[in-house]
Amino acid sequence: MFVTVRLFARLREIADAGELPLELPDGATVRDAWQALAARTREIEPYAASVSCAINADYSKMNASLKDGDEVAFLPPVSGG
Amino acid sequence: MRESFGVSGELSCVSRELSCVSRDLFRVSRDLFRVSRDLFRVSNDPLAIDAVIASVARPSCGAVATFVGTVRDSNAGRRVRWLDYEAYAPLALRTFEQIAEEARERWPETHIAIHHRTGRVAVGESSVVIAAASPHRADAFGAARYAIERIKQIAPIWKHEHFDGGEVWIEGATADPGDEAARQEAFARACS
Repeated sequence: MFVTVRLFARLREIADAGELPLELPDGATVRDAWQALAARTREIEPYAASVSCAINADYSKMNASLKDGDEVAFLPPVSGG
Repeated sequence: MRESFGVSGELSCVSRELSCVSRDLFRVSRDLFRVSRDLFRVSNDPLAIDAVIASVARPSCGAVATFVGTVRDSNAGRRVRWLDYEAYAPLALRTFEQIAEEARERWPETHIAIHHRTGRVAVGESSVVIAAASPHRADAFGAARYAIERIKQIAPIWKHEHFDGGEVWIEGATADPGDEAARQEAFARACS
């Protein structure tokens, strides 16, 4: 299946992409998507402990399952306000 | 008799004009309502504080507390030139709605609006405006304070600070809306 990965702020800069397609095996979780991403871009690994995630613009957990066509977002620690 | 006919004719003219005026007023107020009804907004446009207040003000509320976050000229010993805000807008809007719902659990008669700016924001300009309307002031203040504390904890928004000599992404809290301890901390600050 294919999902669309969205990256923001420093993560977007490190990966040099705000949005990219990612092919994953069926049944893959958000964590699988993160690990596939980290395998491509090692520099994001330090964020593993502090990153948040969302599926289709809704906060999610790393162990949530993805389905074809989902938009999965990885969010570094936030600083709004 | 003729005079009285004349007067009644004029009266009917006046009443027709009044009804036109009242229709126009209705149209104007409806348009104003349309402009100001967004409770939650994420946009590159400069923030309009009056519009945020208008979206929550109502006859049952005797208090509207506002919080305006502005860009400061210094941070951690750096001279700040401007901030660039980035947001995951659809999730930010959902998060604002959630924050307002959380506040209403504590302050049930409170109405909250949150507008946050994105893009380049100059020193002194507003980055966020919160308005909380409530029948009484204590609840309005509490809800507004709670909202800004929660925004800093869980809104998917980031500051890219441009300062004299460089730039840096500001990274604060790991966003976790389910973190009950963080939520209680925000309540505690709002009620202090």
